[in-house]
Amino acid sequence: MGNDSININLNIIQYISIAGSLVILLLVVELVRRKKIKEQYSLLWLFFSLIFLVFSIWREALDLLAVTIGIAYPPAAFLLILVMAIYLILIQYSIIISKLSNNLKESIQEISLLKHEIDNLKNKVHNENV
Amino acid sequence: MNKSILIIVPAYNEAQNIEAVIDDLNSLGIDLTILVIDDGSSDNTSEVAKSCQSCVVIRHFINLGIGGAVQSGFKFAKRNNFDIAIQFDGDGQHDSEYIKHLIDEAEQGYDMVIGSRFLFLGDNFKSTLPRRLGIKFLQLVSYILIGTKITDSTSGFRAYSKNAIEFLAENYPEDYPEPEAIILLSKNSYKIKEIPVKMNSRQKGESSIKGFSYLYYFFKVSLAMLLTNFRPKMR
Repeated sequence: MGNDSININLNIIQYISIAGSLVILLLVVELVRRKKIKEQYSLLWLFFSLIFLVFSIWREALDLLAVTIGIAYPPAAFLLILVMAIYLILIQYSIIISKLSNNLKESIQEISLLKHEIDNLKNKVHNENV
Repeated sequence: MNKSILIIVPAYNEAQNIEAVIDDLNSLGIDLTILVIDDGSSDNTSEVAKSCQSCVVIRHFINLGIGGAVQSGFKFAKRNNFDIAIQFDGDGQHDSEYIKHLIDEAEQGYDMVIGSRFLFLGDNFKSTLPRRLGIKFLQLVSYILIGTKITDSTSGFRAYSKNAIEFLAENYPEDYPEPEAIILLSKNSYKIKEIPVKMNSRQKGESSIKGFSYLYYFFKVSLAMLLTNFRPKMR
């Protein structure tokens, strides 16, 4: 009797996690399709939502992984993957932000220099016409 | 002789000081072009500077910080083929009399000539303890990394050669760029020299480095100097 209720609970959490992984996967795919996320920035999201999906469907994989890397409590192995995913994606964000801020700096400098040249030319034309 | 000289004056909210600085530079009797970089000031720094005699003004519509401002100056110098660029603060801290000394050394073939207030004052420089410790630390770091003692690595009173201008137009560091630029230039085989200059205490406004930002400055600059040292040479 007790065993049955545990099985039922495990099945429910399995369905939820499969559904959750699918939602993330499809959401990212849809955002890329609508061009809300660029392909190159979606790769880490897609990779990790696929991994979550695999672990949701193939439950023994988590136990196997935990045993292999010496984690006593298998769900902790899942949390480890989750934290790794977040770390990697956030580091990718830092890279992107650094690149963007550099591009922004270069653009502002270029615009300022060009604006100065345009003003100069305008003055020249104006003086020639007077 | 007859080298074309650009004075790069980075200015952020310096409407009160900038006119005196420009007048001072104009009164030197040296043939030079003054370039004021208004780094997105919220006051009328640009307007005041534009009303001054023989002064070119470039305005950033967003504040980029001192590194971005000075780099715009290098870009301008590169495009307009200047032989020597002098970095000179817009707040009246630097004494324009020493520009001649910086130019002399730059003409001797140095790529970066740093005006050092500590060579001028020796150990008599009065400052707070954390600031003096920071200065000693920067001296030590630059000595370890490039084997030369730079007494005033945060000094923003500097002259640059044409080669250095072209290099820094593409590669100037961002916030608190001065100590990092020393390592960057030295690692890329540019010749650096320090000479004594007099610096005034600030006339108006206050130092940008205090409290928490002192700690930030300390770690950011140390990290930047260290990692600049381990990047591949660019020439």
